[in-house]
Amino acid sequence: MKLKIALFGIAKEIVGSSALDLTTPDHQSVAGLMEQLRTQYPALRELTSFAVAVNSDYATDDYQLQENDELALIPPVSGG
Amino acid sequence: MHIQLTDQPIDVAAVLASVQDEGAGAVNTFIGTVRNQSTGRRVVRLDYEAYDKMALHQMRRVAEQAREKWPMLCQVAVTHRKGRLAIGDVAVVVAVSTPHRADSFAACQYIIDTIKQVVPIWKKEEYEDGSVWVAAHP
Repeated sequence: MKLKIALFGIAKEIVGSSALDLTTPDHQSVAGLMEQLRTQYPALRELTSFAVAVNSDYATDDYQLQENDELALIPPVSGG
Repeated sequence: MHIQLTDQPIDVAAVLASVQDEGAGAVNTFIGTVRNQSTGRRVVRLDYEAYDKMALHQMRRVAEQAREKWPMLCQVAVTHRKGRLAIGDVAVVVAVSTPHRADSFAACQYIIDTIKQVVPIWKKEEYEDGSVWVAAHP
């Protein structure tokens, strides 16, 4: 399936774009997607952490992604 | 509940006015401002980036959680700035009103502490000789 992932902060700099189009196996889990991203962009491994947001909420590792999910890569937040 | 994300200077008095409540005996406010140094380096300015939709959703959720923990909360307001900020600018304002002061301190601290952990906003510190995304690397 095809996914579109919004990117912010340092993740945007690492990928070099504010959004990423990615093809993944159907029913890819969040953990699987994160591993796919780390493989494609090794600099992500150097971050303190990163999370995946699905439809404006933090997703758990075992969540199975769907093609129409609104996805974003969330590097360590630093608001306030 | 008054939740805002803005690229304009924050009107602190307006945020305070939004939590006025006849049932409140206390109004507590936290104001986060831009500091001129970080880990020994002189900061020139900050650039805040936000995932607007999720940031608003998460700020709303933090305010709702505070309301569950402190059911006596009268009003809650959170305004966060984004974009380019200079030294001394106001980056965030949290204001709560409650019947008594102890709850206002506790609720206000809970809200700002939780916002800093969960709301998808990122700041980049610009120095005279470079820049860093805060907290990105260990």
